[in-house]
Amino acid sequence: MELLSGADMIARFLQDEGVEYIYGYPGGAALHIYDALFRQDKVKHILVRHEQAATHAADGYARASGKPGVVLVTSGPGATNAVTGIATAYMDSIPMVVLCGQVMSHLIGEDAFQETDIVGVTRPIVKHSFSIRHPSEIPEVLKKAFYLASTGRPGPVVVDIPKDMTAPTERYEYIYPKKVKLRSYNPVTRGHTGQIKKAVELMLKAKRPVFYTGGGVVTGKASEGLTDLVKKLGFPITTTLMGIGAYPQSDQQSLGWLGMHGSFESNMAMHHADLIIAIGARFDDRVTNNTSKFCPTAKIIHVDVDPSSISKTVRADVPIVGPADSVISEMISLVQGQPITHPEALKEWWEKIDGWRAERHGKLYEPSKPGEALKSQEVVEALCRITRGEAYVTTDVGQHQMFAAQYYKFDKPNRLITSGGLGTMGFGFPAAMGIKQNFPDDDVVCVTGEGSFQMMMQELSTCKQYGVGVKILNLNNASLGMVRQWQDLNYKSRHAHSYMESLPDFHLLIEAYGFTAITVTTKEELEPALERAFADKHELVFLDVKVDPFEHVYPMQVPLGSMRDMLLSKTERT
Amino acid sequence: MRHIISILLENEPGALSRVVGLFSQRNFNIETLNVAPTEDPSLSRLTVTTVGDDRVIEQITKHLNKLIDVVKLVDLTEGNHIERELMLVKVKALGAARDEVKRTVDIFRAQIVDVTPSLYTVQITGDAAKLDAFLQAMAPVGILEVARTGVSGIARGDKVLSL
Repeated sequence: MELLSGADMIARFLQDEGVEYIYGYPGGAALHIYDALFRQDKVKHILVRHEQAATHAADGYARASGKPGVVLVTSGPGATNAVTGIATAYMDSIPMVVLCGQVMSHLIGEDAFQETDIVGVTRPIVKHSFSIRHPSEIPEVLKKAFYLASTGRPGPVVVDIPKDMTAPTERYEYIYPKKVKLRSYNPVTRGHTGQIKKAVELMLKAKRPVFYTGGGVVTGKASEGLTDLVKKLGFPITTTLMGIGAYPQSDQQSLGWLGMHGSFESNMAMHHADLIIAIGARFDDRVTNNTSKFCPTAKIIHVDVDPSSISKTVRADVPIVGPADSVISEMISLVQGQPITHPEALKEWWEKIDGWRAERHGKLYEPSKPGEALKSQEVVEALCRITRGEAYVTTDVGQHQMFAAQYYKFDKPNRLITSGGLGTMGFGFPAAMGIKQNFPDDDVVCVTGEGSFQMMMQELSTCKQYGVGVKILNLNNASLGMVRQWQDLNYKSRHAHSYMESLPDFHLLIEAYGFTAITVTTKEELEPALERAFADKHELVFLDVKVDPFEHVYPMQVPLGSMRDMLLSKTERT
Repeated sequence: MRHIISILLENEPGALSRVVGLFSQRNFNIETLNVAPTEDPSLSRLTVTTVGDDRVIEQITKHLNKLIDVVKLVDLTEGNHIERELMLVKVKALGAARDEVKRTVDIFRAQIVDVTPSLYTVQITGDAAKLDAFLQAMAPVGILEVARTGVSGIARGDKVLSL
């Protein structure tokens, strides 16, 4: 029998659970735990410069690796600083375990120094939370936390740990719980066979079908099955922002992504479809536009592991509760060898879709002419060429995020890593950091803007400490581009606080940390600068690319309209 | 439509706040809420009455089921059920009204459980409509204080909500 203190149990549990990295920041209430981590070398702790970055880094790590990200922060401000990152992970269903120090049990409720009711604060943005009430509970509670975070519909779990629970003098028996059971939590492991049959019948009979798939396929590790199913049926597929790469975008059957700034052909196809096969997507308002005008002629099959996602905003005709991978493989076995009923209708459908594709081909944006400012779109296209479409691309939030998603072509899941649900500025850089540590030999690039980057740029220091060689592509338009775009469209171009008047000299700033910065202002400089930036995989390089501040993101769905109501440029609309 | 949802909940600290928080977070309605431990001390039974169309009620039950602390739930209004609420009321009882109150209490099959020279404390159980009717009948006499438990309910027949 092994006796360990609460703090040592935590360190030991993390080892036994196979945790490689933990992102955190020390403080009073977490010091026993930090001491325990110091006395071991299996779990590597990464010291960030702000707790929000710890959660984003763990989040990026989780998205890229499929394993839960782990965060350790102290009580009070340490924990509240982590809140934005927890909410980000919650909205995008990312597995994460956040260990928060807490003031000693006997001080709870007394407004003690650095006391916050973090379980209360985070209640609406976690999958579940625990408070440790006795040190002996630690192994089981932590196992439950990891189990809950990573199964079913994943999400963040907060564990609140009062300082006295980790006191070095109090020792209890430690056994690593290999399994844990919760009587009230039994995530479904497969869909209802009758419903799946019904869905497949509809699929085979469809004349104008579209697959609409989301982040659930990515987190559910069902990309291969999805690709197989879509290929077998020969149907078009569009994904959500979160689902990008689950089906290779370079394939002919891919229409790109859909919604507010989705591709013209995706939105048109959705609007005219007679069958929508939604898998792991949640009919979010940035996809559907006005739900009362959403896809008027379509029947809807909706597969989701979370029953509360089904019929939440749009009613499903065939609801299927189940994980994407098992439902898809059941669908494949039913589709196998079955001919589709209306091959000629599907052919016509494709002709129509190809017509939409042709309609916008070459008209997506106007590339810059010599002497003009670079367009963000062409910068992202160049990035895609130089990295052969294989990089991990993280983004912050705004125009650059949409451009990155539109103009980088992703053929693999987990390659576009972006805050889709919460839309958190400041996410991209720390997320890239978390990914790069897990995949040191891959290219990891954060496509950002000068607004977002400044929200988390203190992490340059973390990158310096741990030699994290991420690339930062700063699409610098000296303004909050998306805010400005909305102000152009809805506020007669009154640019209330959407400009950045006093930008730092990024070149000097980056050099102050000992990194390389390259400033790009012309088209001729662009590709050589990118080549140089990506030449050494282990070097952090910051590209400050001055881009056209007047550019808008198109297509853009018209508010309150249907899927097909879009602005196509500053002068055209559907 | 009004629904009565009965929930078996882990009897853990914070569990109740998760249920209550869900309602405000998702913009659902709580009309009444009633909670106490069951014969199994690890479980609480919580009864909530809420109002919404079918779509809203479906979302409420789905989201409640998603809470880790919720072990089981049933929408009692989907079938035959018994609902009861207990109310304690202090009413003025002076002069001629003293007899009048006593008569009304009998009519409603309520009980007077405490007496002072100037008031009666009345205990009454029943469904919400009966309790409302009693309050209406007492209003002219003068209601001084009301304490209602909120609805508690159980399905009729052999159906049982248990683990």
